[in-house]
Amino acid sequence: MLLYTLSRLARALVTVVLIVTLAFIILRMTGDPSIIILGPDAPEQAYEAFRRNWGLDQPLIVQYFKYFGAIAEGDLGRSMRDGRPALDVVMDRVPMTLALTLPALVFNLILGLGAGVFAALNRNTWIDRAIMTVSVVGFTVPSFVMGLVLAMVFAVQLKWLPSGGSGSWAHAILPVISMGMIGAAVIARFTRSAMLEVLGQPYIRTASAKGLSWGAVVLRHALPNAAIPVLTIIGFMVGSLVAGAVVIESIFSWPGLGRLLVGAVANRDLAVVQTILILIGFTMVFANLMVDLAYGWVDPRLRIRTLSTAK
Amino acid sequence: MTTPLMQLRGLTVDFDTGPRFVRALHGIDMEIRRGETLGVVGESGCGKSITWLAALGLLGGARVSGQVLFDGDDLLGMGPRALSKVRGGRVALIFQDPASALNPVQRVGRQIGEALALHRGLRGDAARTEARRLLDRVGMSNAAQRLNEYPHELSGGMNQRVMIAMALAGEPDLLIADEPTTALDATIQAQILDLLGNLQRETGMALALISHDLGVIADMADRVAVMYAGRVIEEAPAADLFATPGHPYTRGLLAALPDLDGPRARLAAIPGSVPAPNGLPPGCAFARRCAHVDGVCETAPPTLRVLPDAPARHVACARMDALWCGQNSVAAAPQTRERANA
Amino acid sequence: MSDVLLSARALARHYPVRLPGGLLGRPATLKAVDGVDFDLARGEVLGLVGESGCGKSTTAKLVLGHVPPSSGEVRFDGAPVPTDRRADWRRLRRRMQMIYQDPLGALDRRLPIVAQIGEPFDIHCPDMPRPERRERAAALMASVGLRPDQAGSYPHELSGGQRQRVVIARALALDPELLVCDEPVSALDVSIQAQVLNLMSDLRDRTGFAALFISHDLKVVRQMADRVVVMYLGRIVEEGLPDQVFHAPLHPYTQALVSAAPTPHRRARNRIVLPGDPPNPVDVPSGCPFHPRCPAAVARCRSEVPSLVRDAGRAVACHLAQSAGGDLSPAPRALKAKVA
Repeated sequence: MLLYTLSRLARALVTVVLIVTLAFIILRMTGDPSIIILGPDAPEQAYEAFRRNWGLDQPLIVQYFKYFGAIAEGDLGRSMRDGRPALDVVMDRVPMTLALTLPALVFNLILGLGAGVFAALNRNTWIDRAIMTVSVVGFTVPSFVMGLVLAMVFAVQLKWLPSGGSGSWAHAILPVISMGMIGAAVIARFTRSAMLEVLGQPYIRTASAKGLSWGAVVLRHALPNAAIPVLTIIGFMVGSLVAGAVVIESIFSWPGLGRLLVGAVANRDLAVVQTILILIGFTMVFANLMVDLAYGWVDPRLRIRTLSTAK
Repeated sequence: MTTPLMQLRGLTVDFDTGPRFVRALHGIDMEIRRGETLGVVGESGCGKSITWLAALGLLGGARVSGQVLFDGDDLLGMGPRALSKVRGGRVALIFQDPASALNPVQRVGRQIGEALALHRGLRGDAARTEARRLLDRVGMSNAAQRLNEYPHELSGGMNQRVMIAMALAGEPDLLIADEPTTALDATIQAQILDLLGNLQRETGMALALISHDLGVIADMADRVAVMYAGRVIEEAPAADLFATPGHPYTRGLLAALPDLDGPRARLAAIPGSVPAPNGLPPGCAFARRCAHVDGVCETAPPTLRVLPDAPARHVACARMDALWCGQNSVAAAPQTRERANA
Repeated sequence: MSDVLLSARALARHYPVRLPGGLLGRPATLKAVDGVDFDLARGEVLGLVGESGCGKSTTAKLVLGHVPPSSGEVRFDGAPVPTDRRADWRRLRRRMQMIYQDPLGALDRRLPIVAQIGEPFDIHCPDMPRPERRERAAALMASVGLRPDQAGSYPHELSGGQRQRVVIARALALDPELLVCDEPVSALDVSIQAQVLNLMSDLRDRTGFAALFISHDLKVVRQMADRVVVMYLGRIVEEGLPDQVFHAPLHPYTQALVSAAPTPHRRARNRIVLPGDPPNPVDVPSGCPFHPRCPAAVARCRSEVPSLVRDAGRAVACHLAQSAGGDLSPAPRALKAKVA
């Protein structure tokens, strides 16, 4: 179990380094922050001073190693816009984003798992077909379309809810629903197929033959086994929620990480962009790590697999 | 004679294949008496497993009709609650592939404990002690330690012992064993058959042993029912059946089986293959493969009838009178064995 | 025997594995096949019997050169079997073919069966004219009892027995000298099994191939084999003619196997029930590998590995079956043998 955890942690670290490296290269290849921040009409000396100040005049490889050296000491750089530490700038926005993504995740899971299990138990009936049809709509429609449609209907037409801003909990309802719907659809489909697979297994028949009621069979024997494949999807879900937040926050003018990221990319505010990416990377890696560990917890067969497959 | 423990009367099963229903069982009549071993034998698709799953309401998505009388009560007419009480209680089942028949994410002790809680009301330490005793009883060494293990940590033979322990938890009157040794190696098969025989002697439970293996059936059964294409085509005391098989299909099966003793001869294969459930002929389902086929075979499926001089034997063959009297019943088996052409 | 087609000498295949324990696991060796000797004459059928994990399938892979031996060698027609998949290995594969237990897995489900039966000609005889290839494929289909109208069928449209006929036809396309059959009829029902066994006998009479016939079913092996080898934990424990081995087994393991073989033609017999499971091939017991389960084991069996002693066409690896003079006699069935 220790080895299992360690190997997962090592893999997670490598992933984060790769993300940051890629972001570093791409951002620096696609535009000069000095021009964007100072404007196109600033004197040449101002550009040079800016570049020297932020170390942009050095070769890319030197910048890269300096950057990683600084990260190792806990310094993520400063925002080129206002000179505040990038970490502070980013951290200010984290609670707002969490206020959207956490409820969306919960919404996701409850709706998705429930619908999936319900569809599987009513396989090939109208209930099943209805749930699956809705879920197709759910994951073929992009989240920004979903967001816009919801805003049109409930904010513009019906005027039940605000169309943007972050003043009260009511402001969060539409963004949470538009983010959650998509994930719920994916989870519902996976849950359904995982449940169907498990319900066809011999041990389900054994459980019935033992004299358990159908409800107990589903609860005690089918669900724990069906959870194994669904866990993988939940790991991915966290990633797509963060990505979805970027779009949804823009649509609903929600002052979270997503909007900060869009602004920072447009301004080539390198330190802020990279800090956000590192944070997102860590979140996704952490989520997947949790999922991997949960696997080991749910499925006893995995606990020894890493050891015995060496051939 | 006392009433049989379990009686199937006209049991039919139809599977919903979408556009229409396909009949898999065409009216099964079978009975099992207290303490006896009934062998149910047939090739894949003959309906031998479906019969018992249907009888206990374990076939999802199928239409089941007829009567299943267990100690006088009709299981098919029972509500789900009452049926659950019978399943795993007075009637227990074990299955073919023991490794996949156990829940992979639960410890063995918990799975046995569940049955003890359901049927004996045992929980906690009492359940644990009893589970341990059951594992001891089915011949598992280190029973206390095994309780904490998962199915994947045990061998196939040990998993089948766990299944048997779980079945014993409800102190059943009838154990239905569906191909219990098919997935196991020869020496492990011997262990499990030995164990089943011993348990049956000790507890007096009846055993319905379903198998494709005529050897296993011959070894264990008191009485045998042979099934073909969703019907029982012959039923007889085991010794009689293997000495003088009646139905041409039973004779064919025995002749097609290679042997360990006697001269080595070319096998007498049954020509053709089993018809699909949705493509059965109007008459006897075996007619197309039968050497004794006659016009009478093609009109309607024959029903089980008592053999003229053997009241304990039943055969479903329209030509049985001619076939049975046409040959000396004792010599029937060897005669059907086609020897080498050379 | 002078006309030896295939011979295995001190053949072994070990796999490194890691067992649970410690931070990185405990390295260990899985001895799948551990020193096996046998000869197979031209046209002979050698039966290979044993339970799962005894090394029979690994032996088949070694014979075909699918895996290289860890030590020892396999010779086919006097020359070592190459294990790298180069030209000489492919040339050799024309002369040795394999039949598996699961015909559906051995066939390509997207190709009609006639194309699969004719495939060996496409691979090995590119110069053969197309009409001749087609003719040969049709002749093969007829020889295994498939109807001409089934030529365009796909594997999933056929029954299990018919699929195995397709596999047999394909294996025989190039007139191989050796067929390696790994449980060829185990997945088939009795009535179909008899058809396929008869077909294989007929084809053998006609073409004279030799075969390594692997099965867990003693009855099937007796039906097909000229000679029988019994394996336990990667080693040969007994060898002889089928009726010798099955009617007067020398080794206690063979005795148990034979007594436990279910057959309806011999009811009410004494079944020898061996205790426990076969040991893990990673952790082979000291001395005779069979001693922990042996009903007749004595002190010597726990310390000394018995060698395979040959005498007059029979061989056995058991201290109790070998006399000092070199004669072989059945190991005594000890009193503690549990008789059911």
